[in-house]
Amino acid sequence: MSASEQTAELGPALGVRRLQPTFNVFGWLSRGLTYLILIAASAISIFPFLWMVISSTNTAADVLKGKSSLGSALWANIVSLFTQVDVPRVFGNSALLAIVGTALTLTVSSLAGYGFEMFRSRFREKIFGFLLLMLSIPFAALMVPLFIMMASLKLINTYTAIILPTIASIFMIFYFRQATKAFPSELRDAARIDGLKEWQIFLHIYLPVMRSTYAAAIIIVFMANWNNYLWPLIVLQTNEKKTITLVIQSLASAYYPDYGVVMVGTILATLPTLIIFFLLQRRFVEGMLGAVK
Amino acid sequence: MAQAKLERSEQINGWLFVAPALVLLGVFMAYPILWSLWMSFQTGKGMNISFGGLTNIMRLTEDAVFLRALRNTLTFLVVQVPIMLVLALLFASALNDSRLWGRSFFRTAIFLPCATSLVAYSILFKSMFANDGVINDFLRFAGIISDPIPWLGDPFWAKVVIIAAITWRWTGYNMIFYLAALQNIDRSIYEAARIDGVPAWGRFWYLTVPMLKPVILFTSVISTIGTLQLFDEVNTITLGGPSDATLTLSLYIYNLTFKFMPSLGYASTVSYVIVVLVGVLSFLQFMVARDRRR
Repeated sequence: MSASEQTAELGPALGVRRLQPTFNVFGWLSRGLTYLILIAASAISIFPFLWMVISSTNTAADVLKGKSSLGSALWANIVSLFTQVDVPRVFGNSALLAIVGTALTLTVSSLAGYGFEMFRSRFREKIFGFLLLMLSIPFAALMVPLFIMMASLKLINTYTAIILPTIASIFMIFYFRQATKAFPSELRDAARIDGLKEWQIFLHIYLPVMRSTYAAAIIIVFMANWNNYLWPLIVLQTNEKKTITLVIQSLASAYYPDYGVVMVGTILATLPTLIIFFLLQRRFVEGMLGAVK
Repeated sequence: MAQAKLERSEQINGWLFVAPALVLLGVFMAYPILWSLWMSFQTGKGMNISFGGLTNIMRLTEDAVFLRALRNTLTFLVVQVPIMLVLALLFASALNDSRLWGRSFFRTAIFLPCATSLVAYSILFKSMFANDGVINDFLRFAGIISDPIPWLGDPFWAKVVIIAAITWRWTGYNMIFYLAALQNIDRSIYEAARIDGVPAWGRFWYLTVPMLKPVILFTSVISTIGTLQLFDEVNTITLGGPSDATLTLSLYIYNLTFKFMPSLGYASTVSYVIVVLVGVLSFLQFMVARDRRR
């Protein structure tokens, strides 16, 4: 018997009045209000996306005048963007950085998460606690020394400089450690009896079993890398190295931005993450929540 | 003998698995943060620096631009984070009702802004809030205003735009955490309270909020850390203007380091203000959450 059934029986016996009839009127009102709020919130959430698509078909002047209907400048905007910017190159730069960065982050962080959970030692637990404290170090406090470091290593304007500081992510180590708690230790014990080495157990047993954990992590890390702005802004200096995020930002920060053109670029920059979002929404949510559970 | 050997191999393997991450974190996180602590006591411009003791900290108290950046950052924090978390909590508890029609549509729609990059959505907001732009058009159409609001040209309204933008981007993100936590709560508690005549607001305040306390704490800590580091949005939408009204600490550090003649020591001092703020505020939030439990 559930708690509600118990209370339902106890209610009248204890002299609690049932408020059902008046409750209904109030219930209808609050239901209506709930829908109203949710519809307004959804409209506000979706509108900027519509605005992005509409504006990409308008001229800069129309965008600034707030024209909210489709125009006929889409093709002109596309042509203008592709003549101002080497789009395939810039898009490729972003993709390269995001893919390589994600692969390295996942490798290093999952190894560490696995290591912290599977091989316990008091000393390493202390280090882990220390890492959790370091989680709150803001990037703003690191960017000056990191920049000097990269400059002295002659790594300014290289992708190495961008990727190196992002490989070991405390958040991802934490995420993988949490996920590893669900990895059945019988599998490991059986593999040990079969004579597999520890790295073989990780590669041939842990990896395949934890596929969905990796999938969620890929989404989170890929999106973070693809959208990264401040650090690439500091490190990258020549145009042929720049990412699409940097390029659309600099187009938009011109004194008179050509907004129609900027919007085409913004669509291109948002498309990969939007596609991931819609195809893998459930995994995406799992990944976000994974580290908290 | 065999036992000792096994234990040693466990130790070696444990270190091997975590070593790459620890080395990288040491070189690119622990070392820089200590280095910047040392640098924060150095004064001078460019490469011409010397030990200045507390000079930089004294300079902070007299630097009007820094004080404005600090005030702006704290304003964003104090106004924006509560608005966003309350909205997220309300949306989550509305969406937690399984009888709600169109539930997954609403959830996806409100969560959708998370799929944009900070720069991309900042560009959208900058264009929407132009003087003759679509937001002013809408407000005039709805009869709320008669003259256009100079959104990005006025110190007050520029702050409003930044706050609206961040709220748009992150409310759905926080909502997802609350939704997940709400789904773990036994529904029969609500039924029992409802039958006992506890009104909706009472159920929200006396049941939902206390049970979600750990998640609320988590989201408020990460939102605090995020807001204290605010950079992409202000750099794209307002560049810190008009007249430094939206200048944030991160943007000021960036300007000190890369825009003006670099004064790296002083920039490090400012960055430690953020470190201290993050530490103090996270600690306070933990204390508040613990006190309420008693």
